[in-house]
Amino acid sequence: MSDTSATGPVLAADGTPLKRSLARALRVQKTRALMLIAPLLVFVLISFIVPILNMLLRSVDNDIVADTLPLTVEAVAGWDASTGELPGEPVFAALAQDMIVAVAAKNHTKLGTRLNYEQTGLSSLFRKSGRAIKKWDAETVGPFKEQFLDLHDGWGRIEVWETIQTHSRRVTPGYFLNAVDMQLTPEGAQSQPENKQILIKLFWRTIWMSLMITTTCILLAYPVAYLLANLPMRKANVLMILVLLPFWTSLLVRTSAWKVMLQQQGVINDVLVWIGLVADDGRLVMINNQTGTIVAMTHILLPFMILPMYSVMQTIPQTYVRAAKSLGATNWTAFWRVYFPQSVPGIGAGSILVFILSIGYYITPEIVGGTKGVFISNRIAYHISSSLNWGLAAALGAILLVVVLGLYWCYDKIVGIDNVKLG
Amino acid sequence: MKLKFLMVTTAAAMIASPVLAADMADELTIVSWGGAYSKSQLRAYHEPYSEMSGTTIINDDSSAEAVAKLRAMNEAGNVTWDVVDVVAADAMRLCDEGLALEIDHDTMLAAAPDGTLASEDFGDLIVSDCFIPQIVYSTAFGYRTDLVGDNPPDDICDVFDLEAYPGKRSLEKRPINNMEWALLCDGVDKADVYSVLETSEGQDRALAKLGTIKDSVIWWSAGADTPQLLADGEIVMGSTYNGRLFSVIEEQHQPVGMLWDAQVFDLDGWIIPAGLSAERQARALDYIMFATDTQRLADQAKFISYGPARASSAPMVGKHADLGIDMAPHMPTDPNNAKNTFLYNYEFWADYRDDIDAKFQAWLAQ
Repeated sequence: MSDTSATGPVLAADGTPLKRSLARALRVQKTRALMLIAPLLVFVLISFIVPILNMLLRSVDNDIVADTLPLTVEAVAGWDASTGELPGEPVFAALAQDMIVAVAAKNHTKLGTRLNYEQTGLSSLFRKSGRAIKKWDAETVGPFKEQFLDLHDGWGRIEVWETIQTHSRRVTPGYFLNAVDMQLTPEGAQSQPENKQILIKLFWRTIWMSLMITTTCILLAYPVAYLLANLPMRKANVLMILVLLPFWTSLLVRTSAWKVMLQQQGVINDVLVWIGLVADDGRLVMINNQTGTIVAMTHILLPFMILPMYSVMQTIPQTYVRAAKSLGATNWTAFWRVYFPQSVPGIGAGSILVFILSIGYYITPEIVGGTKGVFISNRIAYHISSSLNWGLAAALGAILLVVVLGLYWCYDKIVGIDNVKLG
Repeated sequence: MKLKFLMVTTAAAMIASPVLAADMADELTIVSWGGAYSKSQLRAYHEPYSEMSGTTIINDDSSAEAVAKLRAMNEAGNVTWDVVDVVAADAMRLCDEGLALEIDHDTMLAAAPDGTLASEDFGDLIVSDCFIPQIVYSTAFGYRTDLVGDNPPDDICDVFDLEAYPGKRSLEKRPINNMEWALLCDGVDKADVYSVLETSEGQDRALAKLGTIKDSVIWWSAGADTPQLLADGEIVMGSTYNGRLFSVIEEQHQPVGMLWDAQVFDLDGWIIPAGLSAERQARALDYIMFATDTQRLADQAKFISYGPARASSAPMVGKHADLGIDMAPHMPTDPNNAKNTFLYNYEFWADYRDDIDAKFQAWLAQ
């Protein structure tokens, strides 16, 4: 011992200190392991995490105003709207300089679209002004205030300048406020007028209808899964095909089939009228409302509930129930006290799957939901593809993500995530 | 053996790839709406063009999401489309966003056979600098002839008359068109519709009028919904694109009639995405020059009942290519059908779309 301390640290065969040599060997091993998963890691990072983060960042990103009108934003910052007077000539001169650059780069209409989300009319204000400003150049001389007022009377409205001033910050809470039925005004955050409030309502509706769908799925799936798990293998396999069959059919076909079934001149109503349960003029309304959405989505999501339940129930030994019965339990007690608690992890796994899938669903509600059965995801789709208000869509998506994570956390606290099993 | 096979295939792929690249150079990706409409373009434009130039045309039915997709492609820096079919309002938005090429209509498009310049031949239909008009279509109503008795509807306000025409009707799930019709039937003069709709009270008034039939409305979001609902007898009348109704009436022989009153004209046409390479842009322009000439636009009307956008094409509209019926009486622009019409107000809706849509959706959810 004293010998080694005298001659320095322990050396490996090649003369390097053993500690360093070991560290290097481990590092090589770790690098090799990392290299093995690197393709997957890079793939997930590039195709999944980065786009999601990028999309979420849009919910607060508001560079476009300050980038398109840099001088104007600076000049108008000192202006006080409460005086009731328009900004002075320096602001308009800055606007002229900014607009000449923006029109050349065709950025002014983009800005108009952005500001039109906040105040109606700004889209055409920027488009129409742009057409005239195209003819201007650096030689054009002031005073610009009169020229702008001649161009479009929108420039003479205090609200227009207030909007530009309020929304000139590079990072804005505006989209998140819009997402919860509020708006960013010069006086701070305020509620939207009542006749424009809809999103909070849709969030609640999405959550409670998803819970509803999860519940009906549990009720329908439990007996099916029980039957599958307790039948002889050969019969169970045949029934399993029936459960999986919907997976092999297009989602749109299944949803449209429900339309044919549920509509007022549809199969179910025809049968009810034919056997005389319902009068011809009193046909049931079962589609284009919440009933339609719940029925169609329960059907579509049912396999996601049956499969985890089935795989958990398969692992429950039948001897336990037999033992309970031999000790004097009734059929019900044996099921409820012995079998059911063991099947709970399957219910948990199925519920999480169905709930999270249904909270983000949009095609089926769009087709069968009418006006009362649509979800928040339908609004997100609208803002992505129709109104192009991606900032608002991102804010709505971010809130939905947080809500789902929050519910997941609650689930973990109440039921415990260890209690979830997929098989 | 395996190695040899691998080497042979690799070599083959290497030899083939320049050939593949050469093929690519003669490809054109054209985006449109799908269905009968794309079929009419295929027969009137794509097939003759491919035959003439040897270009392979790839069809993509993504027009419904064209604006969002083009924006995403542009941000990713990889635009894969060459020519895109969009409605005029979308062309305007793409132009605003700098996503579509600005067109010099007189030099990039063919003149009429009599020498009239393209910009005059298309006239007012060039609603945006980036837009190349193709067809005029309209949103009009169809009704079940067997459900209205001896008194078929002939006035737009019959849509709001639940006593004379009980039963469900279908309307598009958006404010555009519905708000105008509601105001018109609430006694607003046609000339004043948009000045009323600009005000908050006017919007409430339109919604209140729509509210009188709200319980009897099925709201559609796909153009195929109304024809299906009519065929099933779910509704007594409903709005949709006139070409869809033409196919229900003439091709499927359903008991459906047309209510042309207060039909809203809209335009559909081409745009070329901004930022294409010079070579691809030249190819796209070559196609556009061919596909929007007087003869080709008239040809499309042989397959679908949408009016050609050129004034010079109108006299050349003949019979349906397969059905052999005269197409002129089925055109929205036919004088008998166009006694009372609206033109989609692009400027107004570009400004008010977001605001009114929020109110409309909130109203729907009540």
